[in-house]
Amino acid sequence: MLCDKCGQRTATTHIKTSINGIVEVHHLCPDCAKEHSGGSSVMLDSLIGSFFGDSLKSHPVTDNRKRCEGCGMCFDDIAQSGKVGCDKCYETFLEQLIPSLQRMHGRSRHAGKIPNQIVIEESTEDKIAELQNQMQKAIETQDFELAAKLRDQIKELKEDADNE
Amino acid sequence: MSKWYTSCGNQSDTVISTRIRLARNIAGVPFPSRMTAQQRKEVNLAVKEAIICDENRAKRFKYIEMDTLPDITVMSMVERHIISPEFAKVRDNKALILSDDESVSIMLCEEDHIRIQVMRAGLSLDEAYAEADRIDDILGEKLNYAFNERLGYLTECPTNLGTGLRASLMLHLPALEMSGAVNRLASTVSKIGLTIRGTYGEGTKASASMYQLSNQVTLGISEKAAIENLKSIAAQAMAQEKSARENLDQFALEDNAYRALGTLKFARILSGDEFMKLISRVRLGVATGVVEGIPLEKIEELIIDAGAATLQANAGEPLDATERDRLRAKIIRERL
Ligand SMILES: [Zn+2]
Ligand SMILES: [Zn+2]
Repeated sequence: MLCDKCGQRTATTHIKTSINGIVEVHHLCPDCAKEHSGGSSVMLDSLIGSFFGDSLKSHPVTDNRKRCEGCGMCFDDIAQSGKVGCDKCYETFLEQLIPSLQRMHGRSRHAGKIPNQIVIEESTEDKIAELQNQMQKAIETQDFELAAKLRDQIKELKEDADNE
Repeated sequence: MSKWYTSCGNQSDTVISTRIRLARNIAGVPFPSRMTAQQRKEVNLAVKEAIICDENRAKRFKYIEMDTLPDITVMSMVERHIISPEFAKVRDNKALILSDDESVSIMLCEEDHIRIQVMRAGLSLDEAYAEADRIDDILGEKLNYAFNERLGYLTECPTNLGTGLRASLMLHLPALEMSGAVNRLASTVSKIGLTIRGTYGEGTKASASMYQLSNQVTLGISEKAAIENLKSIAAQAMAQEKSARENLDQFALEDNAYRALGTLKFARILSGDEFMKLISRVRLGVATGVVEGIPLEKIEELIIDAGAATLQANAGEPLDATERDRLRAKIIRERL
């Protein structure tokens, strides 16, 4: 999104003003925002207070000054728009977001699909259990050569685990 | 290539269609409401490359820049559920990837960078999810998704966080609506993280008896569990609707359906509202077997083709409301 005022730089600051009850949102670049802050902008109460209200209340104002390194948003911006600026916001404001997420979803820890590229380390115990499974199958199908190989791998893993 | 809605689906007496939507974003790029034009273009192209790089997929999928389309084509896409109304509003630097049968659409730079949507006729949650999942894997191989181990797939709106999955069923519940049980159903579903709401615009939502049942919760629940929840509630709704239909006076039901059919066959002017009311009554007649000779999938096709924008798109010219209502009546008359 480009700056409303100069139309040249990316808008990073989003200011809500209310003049005689007419609400306007201004999207400004850092330079124009600096100029603007001299003016009389009034921050309004959150429109989506029901989602984010508690998180706002439970955190002192100073906390809300923190800005996301990725997009420059502060937690107030998120609370007022109901929209998160970028993926980094979730790291930056995790603590403040958790109560709202808990209220929206009833839970706050992902339990679904994981993208292909992200490999979650399998624990040694899981690996050993999987190999034992394979070994059992190899014995059932009378593939004793494979079973012996798997037995050695399991032994190795167990020794490694003991050494650590 | 015939469109997805022209085929007959499972449980189509009560389930009109199934929709699966996955929300995805690319790591390190601001979410759409904070993107620059350049960033939008880059994301669109990256997704295009990822999907169209394969020769077979290049044949099946079309890449469409939304700002090159006439308004009426875009509005018709909304009516056919290919894109969301929000996506249609401001179309600068937005793009769409659409399969030839229109069952798969990927909206780029909507509320999230990527919205994968799969539609199926009737009840088909597992198949539709499998297809969306496959496309997600294809994209995931080439793109670096915004993902966090604790919060799952990161989305612009925290309501989609986690799986980014919205699974929906479009249900036709005329008998339950008559008995007033739809409201009871609504309070039951909200307790297990689902929602049900009337569809087809504000004015007609109750009259066409069509309801969309979807999951609400996306964080802390697996895709499979969310879909199973939806299935079990849908099974209850279907069973209740079935027994409510059996309890209806069969002569009144038959009379009601044929009166509606008579009007549709002979009317010279049909407003969108009136058409939806009447086709809903015919659909109930067809689904319960009192009206014969009209397949359910034909009704779905008529509903799509009678949409205000789709009428004009097919006619190839803009029409005012009176012209539209006359053309709608003509088309319906000819096709029934
Ligand atoms: Zn500026
Ligand atoms: Zn951010």
